[in-house]
Amino acid sequence: MSAAATTSPKGWDSPLRRGLMLFAAMFLVVVAVGVAQGTASMLLILVQATAFALIALGLNIQWGYGGLFNFAIMGFLMVGGASTVFLSYPVNAAFWDSEGPMMLGRALLAFLAGLVLVLLARQSHRIGLRGKAKTTLVVLAWIAGYIIYRSQIDPAAAYIESTAGFIGGLGLHPVLGWAFGGLVSAVIAFFIGKISLGLRTDYLAIATIGISEILRALIKNMDWLTRGTMTVSPMPWPTPLPQQLQAWGSSIPESFMLARVWFLVLATIVLIAAFIIVERAYGGPWGRMMRAIRDNHIAASSMGKDVTGRQLELFIFGSVLMGIGGAILATFTQIFDPSGYQPINHTFMVWVMVIVGGAGNNWGVVLGAFLIYIVWIISDPLAQLIFLNLSSLTESIGWGAIPEIDSRSLQMRVFVLGVVITIALRYAPKGLIPEVVRREG
Amino acid sequence: MDELIFFINRVLISGTVLGSIYALGAVGVTLIFGILRFAHFAHGDMMTMGAFVAFVLAAALTAMGIVTPLPMGFVVLPLAMIITAVLALGLDKGFYAPLRERGARPVTLLIASIGVTLMIQGLTRLIFGSGTRTFFESESKDIFRIDMSWAGGSRPISITEPQIIMFVVTALIVVALHLFLTRSRLGKAMRAMADNAALAQVSGINTALVVRVTWVIAGALACVAGTMLALDVALMPDLAFNIVLPIFAAAIVGGLGHAYGAIVGGFLIAFAETMAVFNWTAVLRPLNGILPEGMALPANLAVVPTEYKLTVAFVILVITLLVRPTGIFKGAST
Repeated sequence: MSAAATTSPKGWDSPLRRGLMLFAAMFLVVVAVGVAQGTASMLLILVQATAFALIALGLNIQWGYGGLFNFAIMGFLMVGGASTVFLSYPVNAAFWDSEGPMMLGRALLAFLAGLVLVLLARQSHRIGLRGKAKTTLVVLAWIAGYIIYRSQIDPAAAYIESTAGFIGGLGLHPVLGWAFGGLVSAVIAFFIGKISLGLRTDYLAIATIGISEILRALIKNMDWLTRGTMTVSPMPWPTPLPQQLQAWGSSIPESFMLARVWFLVLATIVLIAAFIIVERAYGGPWGRMMRAIRDNHIAASSMGKDVTGRQLELFIFGSVLMGIGGAILATFTQIFDPSGYQPINHTFMVWVMVIVGGAGNNWGVVLGAFLIYIVWIISDPLAQLIFLNLSSLTESIGWGAIPEIDSRSLQMRVFVLGVVITIALRYAPKGLIPEVVRREG
Repeated sequence: MDELIFFINRVLISGTVLGSIYALGAVGVTLIFGILRFAHFAHGDMMTMGAFVAFVLAAALTAMGIVTPLPMGFVVLPLAMIITAVLALGLDKGFYAPLRERGARPVTLLIASIGVTLMIQGLTRLIFGSGTRTFFESESKDIFRIDMSWAGGSRPISITEPQIIMFVVTALIVVALHLFLTRSRLGKAMRAMADNAALAQVSGINTALVVRVTWVIAGALACVAGTMLALDVALMPDLAFNIVLPIFAAAIVGGLGHAYGAIVGGFLIAFAETMAVFNWTAVLRPLNGILPEGMALPANLAVVPTEYKLTVAFVILVITLLVRPTGIFKGAST
């Protein structure tokens, strides 16, 4: 090992100084946004950016630590949101008083029966069935299980939707809902990882994006569970709502500010806790093993590391953070709207955050998350400003005004996001704060 | 007989239309994967781009007062194909070629294609707004009704003029593609490079030219597929973004890197989708006479509800990836 590799570069290129400068610059940007748009809307952006930082940390575990391609982020955010709806939304008495729970119980039994059928068919080699015969039996078991389940769930869903609307929630504390979002995400990630982690990069990307779309279709159309496109609102907050603060005697602008500050404090605590865990895991033997698998999985497996098992671990841990982040977002906006989830806003934007910030470096990823989210939000008003000026220009020279400025400038965000990631890939492929590879010896 | 006509109208015709679109898109995806070894996510947006190029050309011609017997969308298609091919070459030169020269991994190119997706999508919405447009503002969509009373049917088989032209165009393109890949020097070079890029280069094949030809073909086909989709349904900026995943499913099911596989895969996915949401009771109703009392068919016997139509493609995709990742024809795998 040469001396140049062991001593980190000094001066302006030192990663620490560079990071500090970038964080200071980001702080200035935040202050500038606060001055331009008001403190309340700055707080709104900050809370959402904090949630996205948590999600980006999750992706950093998967992609930065382990090199796993996950395009299913949107799916996990929806799962987190739907889970927190189920746990923290007020109890829907109309549902619990009706036949609904019984019918759902039967549907659950049908589901379990189908599952048992499939599992039994998978064990059919014990009674001497092999090859084609076994495959046929497994396929038949799947079909039979699907029919049994559909025969119970369809009437139950129709009944619940026509009487109680949807099953409502359990009325528990929203923070429990966040934890539940992480838990459900972990369970789903386990199954997704189990079936798709054997695939390599491109295939994994396409498989996960497909699974994410399946999750979206399910959550959007299972009206009995999530209320589908009719949306669930208002979601309770873990901290006092502005309306409560107003009732306690603060003025309206003040109440919004205070409520968001409280929420921001809570979200920041969650982010810091996750950050410390993730950062310590990176430095420890576990993180070193993950990097070894990422950089050369063949060598790692020849050293006796269980590559797919470890990757499954990474995939689940990352997805837990995504689920919690999605739950926080849904709670904060107070509305769970399945049609509001888009791959661009919820999958690709997180990717841009991680790539621009610096995959593998948690500080970089958090910086990237805040920076990209702010860019995403402010490109709309900026584009509107540009369009309005252009419009008055074209009007003055007789070309007429630009139509639909509002909806068009909203699209500017997508374009800007594309430009940012392209520039980042071209000129700073390792990100703003690149991963520091420490070498001992 | 009416049941059969219903089946033809609802499954055969719409499945073939959707299959043509998927197949043409999937050929582009699969060629790019075969030559450049990365999943080109921006392909759906290249389709939208091509459709908008055709739309602008058609609108310009209509504004000039030109009237043609064929739908304007098809008249301008050759020109639109050329323009989209040039745009595709530009995309490669501007965004992918620099990364390739740096020796970036295919994964980086995949992420770059996401960036390109976002840019194209943002730009098309900036320029054209996010509303829905149609090619048939000034001209009408002719519908042919084939009378089936000679066979005892009370309803006609109905098919629109664009759909018929679509079948013809797809067939022509598939034949042309086949001849190009098997007969021409360049086509053979392309197949050689898809097989083994290093060996192809050593044996004197101009790989840079092959890459350019790949983008030209992919761009032109994307333009055709996008225009067809716009002619059949309507033109929306996020039209092809929804369709890029079924197209990937088609390419993977057919075996990535395998042009014929992509065509088969496209039709397979399209028919699986249309048949999964088809209400089979409509066809099986005569069975009610044979079935014993109390065993009548339910009113709706679709395999999945209509809302899950797109999900069918993903389920097939995931199953293919698990059971046979190389596709039904052995494709290139990474």
